[in-house]
Amino acid sequence: MQLTILLIAILALAVIGLYFGRRRALSAAGSNLGKLHSMPGYHGWYVALWCGIPSGIVLVVWLIIETPILEALLLSTLGPVVAEQSEAMIGLLLNDVRNLASGDVVSREVDPALQAAADRYASMKATAQAAVLAIGLAVGGAGFGWAWRRIAPSLRARNKVERFVNIALILSSCVAIVTTIGIVLSVLFESIRFFSIIPFWDFLFGLKWSPQTAIRADQVGSTGAFGAIPLFTGTLMITLIAMLVALPVGLFAAIYMAEFASPRFRNVTKPILEILAGVPTVVYGFFAALVVAPTFRGIGESIGLDVASESALAAGVVMGIMIIPFISSLSDDAIVAVPNSLREGSLAMGATKSETVVKVILPAALHGIVAACLLAVSRAIGETMIVVMAAGLAANLTANPLDAVTTVTVQIVTLLVGDQEFDSAKTLAAFALGLMLFVVTLALNIFALHIARKYREQYD
Amino acid sequence: MTEDSDAMVSLTMEDDAAPAAAGSAADTDAAPRMRMRARDVNVFYADKQALFDVDIDLALNKVTALIGPSGCGKSTFLRCLNRMNDIIDICRVTGSITLDDRDIYGRDIDVVQLRARVGMVFQKPNPFPKSIYENVAYGPRIHGLARKGRELDEVVEQSLRRAGLFDEVSDRLQQPGTSLSGGQQQRLCIARAIAISPEVILMDEPCSALDPIATAKVEELIDELRQHYTIAIVTHNMQQAARVSQFTAFFHLGELVEFEATEQIFTNPHDQRTQDYITGRFG
Ligand SMILES: Nc1ncnc2c1ncn2[C@@H]1O[C@H](COP(=O)(O)OP(=O)(O)OP(=O)(O)O)[C@@H](O)[C@H]1O
Ligand SMILES: [Mg+2]
Repeated sequence: MQLTILLIAILALAVIGLYFGRRRALSAAGSNLGKLHSMPGYHGWYVALWCGIPSGIVLVVWLIIETPILEALLLSTLGPVVAEQSEAMIGLLLNDVRNLASGDVVSREVDPALQAAADRYASMKATAQAAVLAIGLAVGGAGFGWAWRRIAPSLRARNKVERFVNIALILSSCVAIVTTIGIVLSVLFESIRFFSIIPFWDFLFGLKWSPQTAIRADQVGSTGAFGAIPLFTGTLMITLIAMLVALPVGLFAAIYMAEFASPRFRNVTKPILEILAGVPTVVYGFFAALVVAPTFRGIGESIGLDVASESALAAGVVMGIMIIPFISSLSDDAIVAVPNSLREGSLAMGATKSETVVKVILPAALHGIVAACLLAVSRAIGETMIVVMAAGLAANLTANPLDAVTTVTVQIVTLLVGDQEFDSAKTLAAFALGLMLFVVTLALNIFALHIARKYREQYD
Repeated sequence: MTEDSDAMVSLTMEDDAAPAAAGSAADTDAAPRMRMRARDVNVFYADKQALFDVDIDLALNKVTALIGPSGCGKSTFLRCLNRMNDIIDICRVTGSITLDDRDIYGRDIDVVQLRARVGMVFQKPNPFPKSIYENVAYGPRIHGLARKGRELDEVVEQSLRRAGLFDEVSDRLQQPGTSLSGGQQQRLCIARAIAISPEVILMDEPCSALDPIATAKVEELIDELRQHYTIAIVTHNMQQAARVSQFTAFFHLGELVEFEATEQIFTNPHDQRTQDYITGRFG
């Protein structure tokens, strides 16, 4: 509550600073605005930033350190009884105290000692937040006063505000990078933990995938097998089927739209194809499970083939349809980017339109087309919903596209849904799979970028 | 460098001046035989008319220069001669254009064959992003003019030689055509065009992107090619028109103002507009 007040106060202070900074600059300039180094508005922003940012920093810093500090304080009042307990127990205890203090459900009987601790926690928190409110206001006020006093015609307020804008932009672009690095690192560390339980090579080259481990010692059940090969082959097969569908269709569609279609037709179809890319994959998923898979099964039966009701073929075909827009749209861009002079050069040699496409346009657009395919492949590898719904969960090691297979992403989902312990091999396996997925798609993307860049200047 | 091109220029001038002025000789026949004939050609881009009733003949073994201020329709006319305007949706051509007395816009004409007979070199060099060899072999391959291997090698070498490029690239035929300099690329495009032995070659400002040395080489080449082909060339360079052509057509605002022997146009033009243009008073 206090912190909300602080936030509102900071904003109010900044707005006031904006107004008074401007006023002061105007009055300092007198009748001659040209005397000012910066426009009055910049002076306003200067004051606003000086009171908003320091107190904002106080608020953020407190939000980060609040819990650890309060907990340390609380522990020091609880005395030696607690200190002897294991770390996990302490963590549990603190959790309960916190929950009790904020009125949530707790995991144990509430005894008077716990209640007392919770009360103490709540009061400490209130005091601390009041202190932070006071400090934040003081800092903001000081910043305001300091900046306001400095306003003079010669103040280079514009340069300072611009500098701030610059820094703000840099910080925002860092957020994306830092998050990516954070995700990669967390996946990496969890995977390393997994590989300390299951040897790396057993994981990478094991032929059997069956992640059910016994949770209690007395439980009967499988001991778990974490050979990822069936998942890799399943992923590979579905991706391959998807590309076999998407590549020819997408490429031909792109060629038709870029080279043969009338502008009217193109203006209508291109957006439609792009809408296709926006259909949620779960929709493709039930389309695959409810329409395509049964159809394939029916056809298979009528010609005497044994098709599983959840087959790699159905999932692959539907996934192929899903990535057609990727390939067609990106290839279309690549084809359209081929300079007209090459087209005219070829036609003027007496080449037909299709000869021109095959011998000049496609080779010149090849880098873009290859990049499109690689992006499509990494999209297919990462796709989950369709496979969950249409290809099943059975980790069969098979080369028969009519069988049920499963993929890396699907297994990650099944490993993590439901209740689980966070340090069992079963859960950690999900991180190892995620790491594999990340490495493969990253490699594909880098490769795609590399190809696109390498041949970029070819026709300049 | 200037010496070089000067020498060449004066040489060609002397060569051409005599026959053009006399309207005869040095070349075998007295009245030059006409390969292409354009009559009453009108061209429209959508509703806008770009050419008005143009009549021009291209004579065998002669170079015909098309000159005129920018936007007057020179490229448009040139592109009518091999129907490159067909690929511009909004472009409409009326009138008659014949190649050896056959209407090239007639129903029985296959535009692909027509373009194989009437080759074109563009203003900006546009080699394909393939090797030098493949660039030249492109036409012979698609028209099946030479068998793969020795025969094709020979055609490629021949064409490169006639384009005056072979000596410069003989040791790197497998390198991309785009790696050549601008002037070399333009000669590569000429080699590509003559590899299928067209009967007529259309050149749209072939030297506009070239330095004087490369220009001199291309001009020399044009003069040699004249022995075998019928050539039309668009140029903004009056000296070039005077140096390489035997006939000159002056366009202005889509109209053909004057079409005469080059000698005549440059020494004694009939029309005031022609006079003004070649003396640099407008355009
Ligand atoms: N593709 C096109 N669409 C519409 N109008 C065009 C097109 N090409 C040319 N035009 C018009 O036709 C007229 C003649 O153009 P053209 O390119 O033949 O001129 P040009 O004599 O070759 O000029 P330059 O010397 O600048 O090359 C111009 O007014 C131009 O605007
Ligand atoms: Mg032009």
